[in-house]
Amino acid sequence: MTHDEHSSHHILPIRVYVTVFVLLMVLLVLTYVAALQNFGILNNVVALTIAVVKALLVILYFMHVRFSTRLTWIYAAAGFVWFLLLFIAFGDYWTRNLNVPAPKQWEPPITLTQPKISDSDHGH
Amino acid sequence: MAIEATQGAVHEHTAAVAAQDEHGPVHHQFEDIEQQNESYIVGMWAFLVTEIMFFGALFLAYAVYRWKYPLVFIEAHKMLDIPLGLTNTFILLTSSFFVVLAVHYHKLNRRKLAATWLFLTVLCAFGFLVIKGFEYGHKFKVGHVPGPNFTFELPASASPEAKEQVTVERAQLFFGLYFAMTGLHGIHVLVGILILTPLAFMILKGHHHVVDDYIPTEMAALYWHFVDVVWIFLFPLFYLIPLH
Amino acid sequence: MSSSVLENQPVAEEPQRPRKHYLNAAHTVGSWLFTTDHKRIAIMYLISIVIFFAVGGIAAAFIRAELTSPRGIMLSNDNYNKMFTLHGVVMIFFFLIPSIPAVFGNFFIPMAIGARDLAFPRLNLLSWYLYMIGGLFAVLAMILGGVDTGWTFYTPYSSMYSQSQVVLTIMGAFIAGFSSIATGINFIVTIHKMRAPGMTWFRLPLFVWSHYATSLVIILGTPVVAITLLLVVVERVLHIGIFDPKLGGDPVLFQHLFWFYSHPAVYIMILPGLGVISELISTFSRKRVFGYHFVAFSSMAIAGLGFLVWGHHMFIAGQSMYQGMVFSILSFLVAVPSAIKVFNFTATIYKGHVSLDSPMIYAMSFLGLFTIGGLTGLYLSSMATDVHLTDTYFVTAHFHYIMVGGAISAFMGALHYWWPKMTGRMYPELWGKLAALLMFLGFNLTFFPQFILGFLGNPRRYHYYYLQPELQIYHILSTAGATVLALAYLLPVFYLVWSLFFGPKASSNPWGASGLEWRTASPPITQNFEETPIVTWEAYDYSSVPDLKEEAEKQAQPPTPVGG
Repeated sequence: MTHDEHSSHHILPIRVYVTVFVLLMVLLVLTYVAALQNFGILNNVVALTIAVVKALLVILYFMHVRFSTRLTWIYAAAGFVWFLLLFIAFGDYWTRNLNVPAPKQWEPPITLTQPKISDSDHGH
Repeated sequence: MAIEATQGAVHEHTAAVAAQDEHGPVHHQFEDIEQQNESYIVGMWAFLVTEIMFFGALFLAYAVYRWKYPLVFIEAHKMLDIPLGLTNTFILLTSSFFVVLAVHYHKLNRRKLAATWLFLTVLCAFGFLVIKGFEYGHKFKVGHVPGPNFTFELPASASPEAKEQVTVERAQLFFGLYFAMTGLHGIHVLVGILILTPLAFMILKGHHHVVDDYIPTEMAALYWHFVDVVWIFLFPLFYLIPLH
Repeated sequence: MSSSVLENQPVAEEPQRPRKHYLNAAHTVGSWLFTTDHKRIAIMYLISIVIFFAVGGIAAAFIRAELTSPRGIMLSNDNYNKMFTLHGVVMIFFFLIPSIPAVFGNFFIPMAIGARDLAFPRLNLLSWYLYMIGGLFAVLAMILGGVDTGWTFYTPYSSMYSQSQVVLTIMGAFIAGFSSIATGINFIVTIHKMRAPGMTWFRLPLFVWSHYATSLVIILGTPVVAITLLLVVVERVLHIGIFDPKLGGDPVLFQHLFWFYSHPAVYIMILPGLGVISELISTFSRKRVFGYHFVAFSSMAIAGLGFLVWGHHMFIAGQSMYQGMVFSILSFLVAVPSAIKVFNFTATIYKGHVSLDSPMIYAMSFLGLFTIGGLTGLYLSSMATDVHLTDTYFVTAHFHYIMVGGAISAFMGALHYWWPKMTGRMYPELWGKLAALLMFLGFNLTFFPQFILGFLGNPRRYHYYYLQPELQIYHILSTAGATVLALAYLLPVFYLVWSLFFGPKASSNPWGASGLEWRTASPPITQNFEETPIVTWEAYDYSSVPDLKEEAEKQAQPPTPVGG
């Protein structure tokens, strides 16, 4: 066995795992307690932050990413970064019914015979 | 090249097959155990990336509809059982702890302990599924399962805005997402049981595939942690939607 | 040709008794069906995708025949819909996506990096089985009446209203998706971990780089479409309404999720093609690929940017126009790395020692057709012109220039280029050239008229156009071209199979190429290399090729034509 030569063979002392587990339990309680409070618009932020911290603890310590090669880091991060790319779709939902009126001074150079673009038309 | 011509192709093939069966810890395509272990870990992470994206699409759908129908989500999520959800979160986090101990003891080559912790992990997984089963069963009973028999009634105390926004179809949408996401997660738990149980038995028996090196256990554990991470997000998103 | 000269050179192996290699290592059916040898799996993939290509091609033939008349002459409305759906589903999920990666990537990535096999040989075999199971589902769906939603499965039609075999077809695509995920994971790990000593990242052939980029797209995108299609099935079975506006869902969400994968899927199809072209252009110009680093990074850039442009499929689908603008600009950005590749390939040919063997003809066709396909893409990524051109034959022509003119040209080029290595036999060069030229002519005749059709406003997926009978001439031209194209695809089947039995034996390096795969015997032994190679040269360093040292020195003087 080549234990100490390689990072992923690195054996953590068991108290690291116990500490992480205790932290997770504290955060679990915190998750519930936080859900009962009202932070206004920060409600979701608080809930998700706690979840992210919990996930990070699991990923970094239980899944040993913290002690892994750079390659593992990259792949572990890539999944979550790409997951966020999906949320580009929200650009659509937030602006789908948005109407920006044309500048007031602007006049068409020629008189259009067709009906002008009305407010109900979102430009699809 | 050194093989005699008279031995023929068949001989070499059987030799290759035999070599594959008795390959010891290192498979024929790898140079050494280091390369093999690193390959397995990278491969596992690449697989987990696909898993993240797999659930990712559902999380996007969840976010879109929660943004679109906030009151529906608030009203419908009240039908979920928070204590049970909380218990399940506790169980899964604990099982993650157990499985990491299994890896730890496997690294130290203490096979019995490793197998024990794996069995405890599987026990947690069963506990999780049983509780989930109770939850699902209750939903069946009250008609909160999407499909032809779906029913949903707002409590009379609901706000007028809620009464306007919440329809049966939209509530069904919430439960559709709930069942799709927790169901997919549940399938992953089930697969986890199907992976961890044989693994534990093989470790106990000293099967060379799993005791030559701890990497198989580590890979199974990575998968199990991922299942845990998904639940870490599912729990607050479904059970603890802020009421305000 | 240069090949004949090189053939006379002594081959390293002793040619007296039949040499042992991966093809004759064992002969039983089981030795193929349960093989974990990446080369044999690649051959099984080759055979299966050619069968699916034929199925998709027959469907295309029906479509083209139908369109010769403005009123339709043979297919009912329903059957026409099923025919173009069959064509799309089979060609995309069962031919284009696995084509180059699963056949040539599978065969040549381990060889090009000096490995004995892929990192996970059993996963590789599993991927072939998943592909076949997925394919069987699709075929079953076809036999049980077909599916009429188009390959895009747009909701709510697919999830609520279509009366055809949507579920079975989706299951087929779903399972095939896992097959390509398995391939992607395998390639990534192999390229990261299995490179021979000295084979640094910037000594990798660009073919390997492009497959790395492709694999990233596969593992990041495919799961999204898998779960999306699964949701369609769930919605169809349980009527949940995630995508049905009547039940509160948003059909555009389906399109977001679908195109999040399916636009990058276009790059799954074309990036391996671009990788093949890098090899061909370099080999047949006897030059290092111009701007190696830029070409390598442009693959990665295409893979990354490819995920940011999906909305250009939805400009008129009800997507926010502000979001549309963003997607439009990002789509233009993809043109940059694509153009880098085309320019660098052209610069590689410039002042190269070009020999127009048939793979090179395919590569040249690729350059022209890919450029046209890419440039017409810009019309479609501009919102204003897209409103006019969406869902017309302009779109059809555009993506066929990329998919057929690009990806399939590259596939055919790769097939001819690596055929000697895979089978140990040379094909008849004259026939090869004829097929390549026919393909170029037939292809342009088929699809160039469709640009005009689209511009004149002929919508795709309609089989009547009697309100515009003047369009018939273009459709007839297109059908005539498709006939030539079919001939061009049939020809290789005959002469390649012929060459298996009667073709002259190939030397280990008939083209004088520089890749590692050419430094072992043809066909290679099961272990690929007698001993693990140690790489001390840069990619495309032709002075390092053993057989070519002399020629390279000669080339320092004014080039003289080689061979007769």
